[in-house]
Amino acid sequence: MILLNLLAHIGRLFLGFLAASGRLAIFAGRSISQVFRPPYFPLITLQQMISIGYFSLPVVGLTTLFTGMALALQIFEGTARFNAEGAVAQVVAIGMARELAPVLGGLMVAGRVGAAMAAEIGTMRVTEQIDALTTLSTNPFKYLIAPRLIAGTLMVPFLVLVGDIIGIFGGFVISVNLLNFNAATYVKNTVDFLENIDIISGLVKAGAFGFVVTLMGCYHGFQSRGGAEGVGTATTNAVVTASILILTTNLILTRLFFSN
Amino acid sequence: MTDQPKISLRGVHKSFGPKHVLSGVDLDVGRGESVVIIGGSGTGKSVMLKCVLGLLTPDSGSIRIDGEETVRARSADRDRLLHKFGMLFQSAALFDSMRVWQNVAFGLIQGKGMARDQAKKIAFQKLAQVGLTPEVAELRPAELSGGMQKRVGLARAIATDPEIIFFDEPTTGLDPIMADVINDLIKSSVKDLGATALSITHDIASARKIADRIAMIHEGRIIWDGPVSDLDNSGNPFVDQFINGRADGPIEMQVLRP
Repeated sequence: MILLNLLAHIGRLFLGFLAASGRLAIFAGRSISQVFRPPYFPLITLQQMISIGYFSLPVVGLTTLFTGMALALQIFEGTARFNAEGAVAQVVAIGMARELAPVLGGLMVAGRVGAAMAAEIGTMRVTEQIDALTTLSTNPFKYLIAPRLIAGTLMVPFLVLVGDIIGIFGGFVISVNLLNFNAATYVKNTVDFLENIDIISGLVKAGAFGFVVTLMGCYHGFQSRGGAEGVGTATTNAVVTASILILTTNLILTRLFFSN
Repeated sequence: MTDQPKISLRGVHKSFGPKHVLSGVDLDVGRGESVVIIGGSGTGKSVMLKCVLGLLTPDSGSIRIDGEETVRARSADRDRLLHKFGMLFQSAALFDSMRVWQNVAFGLIQGKGMARDQAKKIAFQKLAQVGLTPEVAELRPAELSGGMQKRVGLARAIATDPEIIFFDEPTTGLDPIMADVINDLIKSSVKDLGATALSITHDIASARKIADRIAMIHEGRIIWDGPVSDLDNSGNPFVDQFINGRADGPIEMQVLRP
């Protein structure tokens, strides 16, 4: 009996997972199709780009600055064990550009932007504002969601590019001032070593993360039910699912980019 | 064509899981007629309205607007139908990120693609029609009282000169005087537009005032339907109990009695 109950429970969880994935896929499909179909809302898209891109700069900048600094210290200590301290510049550059700036930047944007989107759209849902949009002949997917998806997918790469520069600069500051590296050599090592693919792969990841964060924010906001509590749950779910999806997408994209 | 009903519902069913909310609603609303659906909380009034608007899809049955089937219509056809509609929501559902006049002008600018200046002019006219001054037009919805929000909601619903206007509990949560002001505004604006109106409410005073015809919904079905003048001698015990607000009668409320 216990075994049967356990199996039934696992089955229910699995079915629930499949149903949720299906709902999300349909939602994503409807949203993406609206991205490409007129009418477009350039003004709203621009507003979203500013709110996602410009206003996330401090958060992403600070995150990557401190990460770059800590990374330089760690790599210096670690590589000293086999007398390879000279590699600090190269490891900081590759670590920031390929991995840390996109992932940490993406996670910070998930906390800042994904949560705000879920709360805003969730509140619009529970106060019937989304229904009101429909009755005013405006498709909520087109008006609310498409501009956010576009803005997220375009602006997170921009943030990550800035983050790359700030993070590598953080490593440079620590290396030169604390670890007694020569500034010119450090810069030369960084520039010589970095390849285009390091930067580009990071930016492609960032685009994917931006899409995931905004999609999760919009999806959970759109599905929220039942007042303040529902909006709270939607916000939490948006951040948690976006974070997990960022980490899994990161693994998959890393494997795709660097499988040789 | 003239005697074709503007809105026609036949055998509309809607369930949420095991809960049957609508179990076969039949209703006709004639052109230019104002029909009010009365009924207690949880009898399916709002669900019925949302089915007509297309915000919910009925499980079975047919809903025709001007003789055109809307259930499972293609989205392009549905969009075209939505242009005929205006809706006043129970909570007014104003966009809180926009100013009052932008709310009113929204359907004109986004729905009809009108130029901003012209839409603003019309928005001010419609706001004046519901007794709101140009100063109010520049405020945010959060700065308004409940009664004023309802009036803005009404102005927004009539801004695009819709053929059909839906009112969801237009007087709920208002004091009796403001409720009467709203009733008068609804009456006059529907008359001015020559629109068809479908309202749901449990406020009998409001229903008497704005309706040409009243229908009562109970347990997902229309159980009585007739002109306002017949309301007091409907001969229907459900209607009698409801309009007189008696706890005892054929309608049993889901309350635990001591």
